Amino acid sequence: METDQCTFYYKSKTVNSALSRTEWIQLKEVLSFHDWKLVTLALPKSCHLSSHQVTVSSSHICRLYDRFHALDKDDKGSLNRSDFQNISELAVNPLGDRIINAFFPDGMDLIDFNSFVRILARFRPVDQNPKKEPNAPEPINSRVNKLKFAFQLYDQDKDGKISKSELLQVLRMMVGVQVTEEQLESITDRTIQEADLDGDDAISFEEFKKSLDKVDIEHKMSIRFLR
Amino acid sequence: MGSLSIWRLTLVVFYIVVLIHGSSAAYGNGKTPTTSSPGQPSNPVHTFPAPKKEYLPVFQMNYPRIQIPFEITLWILLASLAKIGFHVYHKITVWVPECCLLITIGLIVGGIMYSVHEESPAVLTTDVFFLYLLPPIVLDAGYFMPTRLFFENCGTVLWFSVVGTLWNSIGIGISLFGICQIEAFGIQDINLQENLLFGTIISTVDPVAVLAVFEEVNINEQLYIVVFGESLYNDAITVALYSLFKYISQMDQVDSIDIFLGTADFFVVGFGGIMFGLLFGFVAAFTTRFTANTRELEPVFVFMYSYLAYLIAELFSLSSIMAIVTCALTMKYYVEENVSQRSCTTIRHFLKMWSSVSETLIFFFLGVTTVTSKHEWNWAYIGFTLIFCIVWRGLGVLVLAQIINNFRTIPFTFKDQFSMAYGGLRGAICFSLAFLLPNTFPRRNLFTTAAIAVIIFTVFIQGITIRPLIDYLNVRRTNRKLMTINVEIHSRAMEHTIAGIEDLCGQWSHYYWKDKFKKINDRFLRKVLIKDNRPQSSIVSLYKKLELQNALVLLDSNGGISGAPSLTSLQEQKPTKPETFLPEEVWSMQELLSKNMYKIHERTLTYTRHSLPNEIRTKEILLRRHSTIRKSMRKAGTWQTPAAAKYYSLPPTVQNLQPRLRLRKSSLTGDDDGDDDIASEINFPPARPRLQLRAKEPRRALQPPRNKLETVNEVRTDSRRTPMVDYENRGGSAMSENSKGRGTGTKRALTPMRQFGLFNEQGLKNKEKEDQMEMEEFRYTPAANRREEAREEASDSETTHPLLNRPMHQYKP
Repeated sequence: METDQCTFYYKSKTVNSALSRTEWIQLKEVLSFHDWKLVTLALPKSCHLSSHQVTVSSSHICRLYDRFHALDKDDKGSLNRSDFQNISELAVNPLGDRIINAFFPDGMDLIDFNSFVRILARFRPVDQNPKKEPNAPEPINSRVNKLKFAFQLYDQDKDGKISKSELLQVLRMMVGVQVTEEQLESITDRTIQEADLDGDDAISFEEFKKSLDKVDIEHKMSIRFLR
Repeated sequence: MGSLSIWRLTLVVFYIVVLIHGSSAAYGNGKTPTTSSPGQPSNPVHTFPAPKKEYLPVFQMNYPRIQIPFEITLWILLASLAKIGFHVYHKITVWVPECCLLITIGLIVGGIMYSVHEESPAVLTTDVFFLYLLPPIVLDAGYFMPTRLFFENCGTVLWFSVVGTLWNSIGIGISLFGICQIEAFGIQDINLQENLLFGTIISTVDPVAVLAVFEEVNINEQLYIVVFGESLYNDAITVALYSLFKYISQMDQVDSIDIFLGTADFFVVGFGGIMFGLLFGFVAAFTTRFTANTRELEPVFVFMYSYLAYLIAELFSLSSIMAIVTCALTMKYYVEENVSQRSCTTIRHFLKMWSSVSETLIFFFLGVTTVTSKHEWNWAYIGFTLIFCIVWRGLGVLVLAQIINNFRTIPFTFKDQFSMAYGGLRGAICFSLAFLLPNTFPRRNLFTTAAIAVIIFTVFIQGITIRPLIDYLNVRRTNRKLMTINVEIHSRAMEHTIAGIEDLCGQWSHYYWKDKFKKINDRFLRKVLIKDNRPQSSIVSLYKKLELQNALVLLDSNGGISGAPSLTSLQEQKPTKPETFLPEEVWSMQELLSKNMYKIHERTLTYTRHSLPNEIRTKEILLRRHSTIRKSMRKAGTWQTPAAAKYYSLPPTVQNLQPRLRLRKSSLTGDDDGDDDIASEINFPPARPRLQLRAKEPRRALQPPRNKLETVNEVRTDSRRTPMVDYENRGGSAMSENSKGRGTGTKRALTPMRQFGLFNEQGLKNKEKEDQMEMEEFRYTPAANRREEAREEASDSETTHPLLNRPMHQYKP
């Protein structure tokens, strides 16, 4: 649908990923735009909008684009793993690699701006007063989606379960060297035993969700910048 | 506990006796010169022609000559010993802030001195405080300030420190002036200017005690940095205001032009201080560029340039605190890259030491002076001062927070505001300013007394109660009372995730400026100020990591040393009954986890005035990730066993060796579809010929185990030959031979991880080679040998490789 393509300009630079109009609207909803300025969205004439150029954006998109652009050293319009690994704070994050992996699902090597925003959108704080719409699809920043993100950090083989060895790996990354392997193993045993309801020696997503029932996930898995 | 306090008391008494004896001897000497003074300096001249033969004095005493340094030394020793004393018994310092204890001991010593009619120490009577005691404290705070956090919250910090201090000073001053108008109190002679001056003195907060508490309860970082930054800059502003009001209070009448000039002066003082700080910071950075051959002098430059900045700012009566803080902030980044690791450690330790001593002394003298100085007690004035301090501080925080909340992404909640207001303890600076009022000043004693009363009240009452209060209020922080291990682990994982995502998103609000600065920095500043613009240091850091690794291997291989004692039972019980866990065990597991997990956002916290930030953790994390990455690189087929995953903590039993050997064989025969459950965690260059690796393997497998890392070896032999050379450079060159071109083509600073991502072909191969060498060794030496070797290695590295500072002790929990 070529006619549906919109180009996203930011500071008179073209963003490489040309989004379709529906994608734009989705992005807009995902990030809940409120200020419509700064960026001009050049729409093709076939879009049946009142003017040829509609100014549209939000400060979020601008910021994210800024950031995206800054991470993208070679101006290739997309990010690869090494771009992520260059973030020094992320490099010392014990789970840094896992987090980076979460941005590259299914063996992809590059991520464009659109997907970048989509993944980050999960970390938007949940609206305090959600509009009650019965048929509305589940927002991307819902509790379940946030939990899913956390779950996939553990579940490396993507079988929908956190096995003992997967848990042990994550634990080992997070714990300092003072803890011996035996201790870690017994802790892992205990953890699985505690959460495992159906007795398969692994934690499924449902069990994961259940074990974190009392935790304020909405608060914990939200970034203040995307407010 | 009992025996301990007795011991401490004895010690204190002993020192007091020594002190008093010494001083009284001095006075005796001064008053009656006829007493035995055989060793006068002119003696030797007279001895020769004198008919009356005076023998060479075998034993003589010349106390006046050494009196001042001697007494200072004893004071410092006494204060420091007292500090050791109450740190031995841990529980006191948890509940009672350190400054309380110091003041208490000061009070005791002061009481003893008072009872024997000794004069108060001569140390704090002049500008000594501003010239010698204050700079180390401020320099330390500036140097260890979490820079990034500070700049993120820069506006709020300045808002609270500048406007908040003005608010407090003027508010307290004017309301005290109002109180003075009431005849019944008998203090009408204090005029407005003096009240304002006193208001300025009393409004300096010194949140050292509060920061310690905040740190221990893991308070949210915004609150932390605001309190921290406030304490720094409000020092500066108070000192500026102080000199201003002191000037005004000595004038008979104040014109409006004076007010105007005062305001102008205020800005000149502040910005002038910052300019000097910047200047000397850059000069210091530039100087350390050329210190490659005089490593031992490196710390001197840091200290002297910052002190110079302080003194010069003082010379022009600018804000010397601003100057020294800015200087430290500026130079830190560049200097730490230029100087050697050892110098860096030295700098940090010296800063901590000096600031610690200074602060200890100040609090100690505060206690002593409280008892020994002359007081003028006026219930009304002092009582109202206290009330106004609390009220104005509370109001100020409330109002200012309402205003600043509109501009903040994350507003201060009411609880935050309360803790901020309650954390307004008065401390050393307040005391010193009051104490330094000129003797001619009317009602000086009243002011001193009031200041001491406020300090003691806030430090003791608020300082002791703030921890329970924060606990009770449950101010935003990481929740410790978790019910299950699941929650503990998952929450921690989520916190790490969020930290990572936040880093990924960058810093929104300051991003533009940060980017601009980074550009300038990369383009000009780094080139001028830093010795060799970075290609080497990434190699050095890799080298350091490998070094550290040896130590870690050692540590893991005899884990008994490092394990927490309470957990031995846990370990032993585990094989027998893994199915049932007692509540105590669960509890101990939680303990273990909460104590040993990495802190979220290592970058942010850990400023305490008394201990160094822990960098080892970062290295440790990098190392571990390094190892996982290597594992995933090895995914090509060498490993698939869980034993391989345990590479990091090879169990000290030999039995594990056999299966591993067998598996190794099978992998050699080509069974290489490694279903390792670790996903490839790096950007794996697809063009890399995997076959090459496998083809090499059998050959190497047959070779006898060689020494671990070639590089390490090289360096060691080198270092034996020339023990005084700069190890970093040497290690760097050794490494760079090995991995040529690893750092080429990377313009910006290489973060350590970059190496893994952007290896070119050759670097990657070399890397593999190293890894294999290492693994080879581990596979074929029996565990016992291995352990011994590791130990040797570590002890070697301890003695011969200064890059790894104290490998063992750092890891003890």
